[in-house]
Amino acid sequence: MGGTHLWVAQRVTAMILAVAVVVHLVTILVAVRGGLSAAEIIGRTRGNEAWLVFYGVFALAAGLHGAIGLRGIAAEWLGWRGRGFDLAWLGIGLVTAIFGIRAAVGLYAA
Amino acid sequence: MRPDPRPRSHPTYIAFLVHRLSGLLLALFLPLHFWALSNAIAGEATLEGFLRWTDNGLVKASETALVILLAAHLAGGLRVLALEFLGWRSSQKTMVAASAGVSFAAGLLFLLNL
Repeated sequence: MGGTHLWVAQRVTAMILAVAVVVHLVTILVAVRGGLSAAEIIGRTRGNEAWLVFYGVFALAAGLHGAIGLRGIAAEWLGWRGRGFDLAWLGIGLVTAIFGIRAAVGLYAA
Repeated sequence: MRPDPRPRSHPTYIAFLVHRLSGLLLALFLPLHFWALSNAIAGEATLEGFLRWTDNGLVKASETALVILLAAHLAGGLRVLALEFLGWRSSQKTMVAASAGVSFAAGLLFLLNL
């Protein structure tokens, strides 16, 4: 997995996130009006495949995007480079995404 | 860290710095966010308990900071994509980023009732 693949992955996830983050920010603003409540959140997401797919894709894109971003900063600021580090960052990104997807499944199945 | 000869007072450098620092903080927060939510969302009662735990000034201030960081990183990211994929010039993208950032921040501050 070379730098070009990671650059492409970072841009593709960025384009997904550009849309997903706008949806997320609007959802936050709607949800906090009148106070956050579990019943309101779960009422929106329980059994709803559209939200499950949205949050699943969002979590995967965010997990990978964050890890690739940290990889770039660590390479520049700390000199952490090479295949071993790349695989470690990929692992961190995927584990992060799995927790996010687990949360999305929780919202669907709650 | 090697010294970089490029000028640092330029608006483009400020935009780069905001994008990098907001991205760094968001990337460090993200695993915590997902881990906490994946544990909290085990049913309506556990989620409600978690949400009531977040009802304090420190968490609310952190949430507001994170929302602003996310909006800033979104605006900076759109600037990068516009530069790389639409061929926009530096002056255009900086203005777009600045206006998007200011409008988002103003809107968010208003809607979060601060």
